[in-house]
Amino acid sequence: MTYILKPRLHHPQLPTNSLGYTRRDYEGSVSTLCAGCGHDSISGAIIQACFELELPPHRVAKLSGIGCSSKTPDYFLGNSHGFNTVHGRMPSVLTGANLANRELIYLGVSGDGDSASIGLGQFAHAIRRGVNMLYIVENNGVYGLTKGQFSATSDKGSKSKRGVENHDSGIDMVSLALQMGATYVARSFSGDKAQLVPLIKAGLAHKGAAFIDCISPCVQFNNHNGSTKSFDYVREHNEAVNRLDVISHRDPIKVDYAPGQTVRVQQHDGSILSLHKLAELYNPNNRAQALGYLQARQARGQIVTGLLFVDPGAHDLHDSVGTVDTPLNQLTERELVPGQAALDRINAGFR
Amino acid sequence: MLQQTRAVSPDYFHKVVDCQWACPAHTPVPEYIRLIADGRYADAYMINWKSNVFPGILGRTCDRPCEPACRRGRVEDEPVAICRLKRVAADNKGDVSGQMPAPTTARNGKRIAMVGAGPASLAVARDLAPLGYEIVIYDAETASGGMIRSQIPRFRLPMEVIDEEVDFITRLGGIELRMGQRIDSLKGLIAEGYDAIFVGSGAPRGRELDIPGRQEAAANVHIGIDWLSSVSFGHVDRIGRRVIVLGGGNTAMDCCRTSRRLGGEDVKVIVRSGFEEMKASPWEKEDAMHEDIPILNMRVPKEFTHKDGKLTGVLFEVVEVQYDDKGRRRLVPSGAPDEHHECDDVLVAVGQENAFPWIERDLGITFDEWDVPKVDPVTMGCGLPGVFFGGDAAFGPKNIIWAVAHAHEAAISIHKYCQGEDLHQRPPPDFSLVSQKMGIHEWSYDNDISNDRRYRVPQRDKAEALKDVRLEVELGFNPTLGLGEAQRCLNCDVQTVFADKLCIECDACVDICPMDCITFTEVGEEDELRTRLNAPATNTTQDLYVSGVLPTARVMVKDEDVCLHCGLCAERCPTGAWDMQKSYVEMTQAGAACSSR
Repeated sequence: MTYILKPRLHHPQLPTNSLGYTRRDYEGSVSTLCAGCGHDSISGAIIQACFELELPPHRVAKLSGIGCSSKTPDYFLGNSHGFNTVHGRMPSVLTGANLANRELIYLGVSGDGDSASIGLGQFAHAIRRGVNMLYIVENNGVYGLTKGQFSATSDKGSKSKRGVENHDSGIDMVSLALQMGATYVARSFSGDKAQLVPLIKAGLAHKGAAFIDCISPCVQFNNHNGSTKSFDYVREHNEAVNRLDVISHRDPIKVDYAPGQTVRVQQHDGSILSLHKLAELYNPNNRAQALGYLQARQARGQIVTGLLFVDPGAHDLHDSVGTVDTPLNQLTERELVPGQAALDRINAGFR
Repeated sequence: MLQQTRAVSPDYFHKVVDCQWACPAHTPVPEYIRLIADGRYADAYMINWKSNVFPGILGRTCDRPCEPACRRGRVEDEPVAICRLKRVAADNKGDVSGQMPAPTTARNGKRIAMVGAGPASLAVARDLAPLGYEIVIYDAETASGGMIRSQIPRFRLPMEVIDEEVDFITRLGGIELRMGQRIDSLKGLIAEGYDAIFVGSGAPRGRELDIPGRQEAAANVHIGIDWLSSVSFGHVDRIGRRVIVLGGGNTAMDCCRTSRRLGGEDVKVIVRSGFEEMKASPWEKEDAMHEDIPILNMRVPKEFTHKDGKLTGVLFEVVEVQYDDKGRRRLVPSGAPDEHHECDDVLVAVGQENAFPWIERDLGITFDEWDVPKVDPVTMGCGLPGVFFGGDAAFGPKNIIWAVAHAHEAAISIHKYCQGEDLHQRPPPDFSLVSQKMGIHEWSYDNDISNDRRYRVPQRDKAEALKDVRLEVELGFNPTLGLGEAQRCLNCDVQTVFADKLCIECDACVDICPMDCITFTEVGEEDELRTRLNAPATNTTQDLYVSGVLPTARVMVKDEDVCLHCGLCAERCPTGAWDMQKSYVEMTQAGAACSSR
């Protein structure tokens, strides 16, 4: 953490987006996390992604639970809606908020403790319901706030800072999300913004349950030799399957690779995901293949990153339950209490 | 490929301190500004005194080359008011006699003559006196100080300030002022057997304006610097009601403002160039206009009109700017009818020149096409061994701070010359680089960036100020305002120093940097690299700070241009790869440290 506020002054040539905001306008208050925390880099990537997507800050709702990661929404999007929930309960609160007002963009921020331990059930059900959100797990594989115990995502055989070995199996959040039916699944690394920012942009633009497992080294308790979530380990074992460019409908298409190397996917909002293949055989449109590939690479000790699965035609919870287009919180008494005649018609339908 | 920035390079870090780099005397500006913020005015004064010899005088009159260079001016609207902060140190220093060098009694047996008792000679004497030199300063005027006393009006620079700072020098011992003694022959001076001679005789000749009517109206047409000198020494205390000042430099500004105080009610400055191209400092033009003095531009004087042997006015041709095929700017007649401006007196301030009628041409000193001696800009020597130049006498009219810078170099040369050393072996500056870390997030300097805008210096009420030519107009910052202004300084001497070996490439510094100065990227040629940083580095006068190759095969590149030196990169760095280290560059002056042996 730092003792002074980040100065208001900014680079004289700092660009503005079509809303007239600079990137700095998407910042929040100054971080109180440890110096060098991977979570701060993820906050930086979220700020960059929201700036590039030109999101009006007041149209974004950021929700989180408890933990180092769940503190971070205070450090970005200072002019957005925020909700800091009970430990592990962010998915239900987000689901409720989304049902009440479908017009906001929902960003759930959680950690490996909040989502893989106490909130594992909540996580699984929010994903399987297809809540329209981007759910980011800032995954450092350690309980940092309580000084370095193994978390549920710590890999079996990895060591704590004091040299103790972990005997429990680690939960792979990406595989879990795929199995639960997430329609946008990615993994990235806090130390690689070039990869992370487009993944966040595409995830925010995705309709349906989008999930990013972002490995985020804990410099204080999990950045040592026996760790599998350290900067060095992740860099050495990182297997990126593709590189993503998000092309909004306003931008001219600039990035182009040799034919056959690039897959274009149009998302629901019209933006185009331009995926440059790095692993030749990897196909991000096939859930079963994705799961198989992940398992095989994991067995070889590799950490697969990139956009792992996307279903551009996905439906969300509102489609499933058939809610009206108007956000529920904007419905007036006239629509909500249609009167005896309407009730009679409904009852007649059940006869 | 752009090479890694050398770990400790005095020049690299000196250049980051823009103000100090731009100052001809290389005064350690941020260091004394911090002392002012700390209320340590005497210490701040002494840093200045050592470096620029005349803090109280310069704090009122300097041309401030440091301010256009100030980094603050690149991150917001206006630079730090460095010059006027210097005055805060001078005004509040109290008694500094205890910090001054003790008068020397031990003589080293060498005798030095100096021509002119202006800032250049006085500064050379300041450097040499403590070394035991016996110094004789000759000047035709009755009081020392040269142009500081004769040309700068008292309402900008009070007499006491001059007297005090001249006294600090003469009290050093071994200095004899021979006032009222004009040197008419360099040959004669050499014959007196001095070990070395310093020429600091200034640029004493005001340029003449030879147009019709000059002779006939002579009684009411005055040469600006001579007239200012007469006012300073009390020989002149009135001028006509309507005054025209010809010329656009600082002397013209002093002339018109002085006129307003000596009975001039309708005072105008009329210049041949455009307003923007005038040589006067912008703030001096502002001060003149504030005193109800209009500045009319694009008017070339054609004739002094007169009737019955008395000046009646000046006739001007109106010109306009035209660019020729090669894009060169020229003033051509606009075709508008000539303008006649009536007046009672004219002050001609169209430039001044060096004049060396007293230097014999057969002494071995080479004179150039403008009939001024060719002076070596490094040693300040000329073709004749043992004779050195400085100030306006060396390279034509500049300003006091340049005279001081010349003087330090000349003093080194004179010392080396008298010790029989090679003049071209110049001493390197003293340099240190020390970490400012006090605790986990504590630094020895105040790294919280002030958002205050530049403070305006309080001025005396106009009606009162115009009544007396000896009443200082600017009141100076009081300690409270001075503190506010001092806090605007970005502490550019507290350097961001990067240790490649410690970096784990976590990006924390990149994320926190408020100015987007830091980028981790693949190395490349500088021109190309500048385009792909987090913020494009378009100011090529500012260096890129480049690390060695890091484990991911990238390098850290920091654009120095708009760094606030807030230290957040170092606060956010988990491994201490970034550290805030204060660089202190102190120019070596004449003395034991400058010896090449």
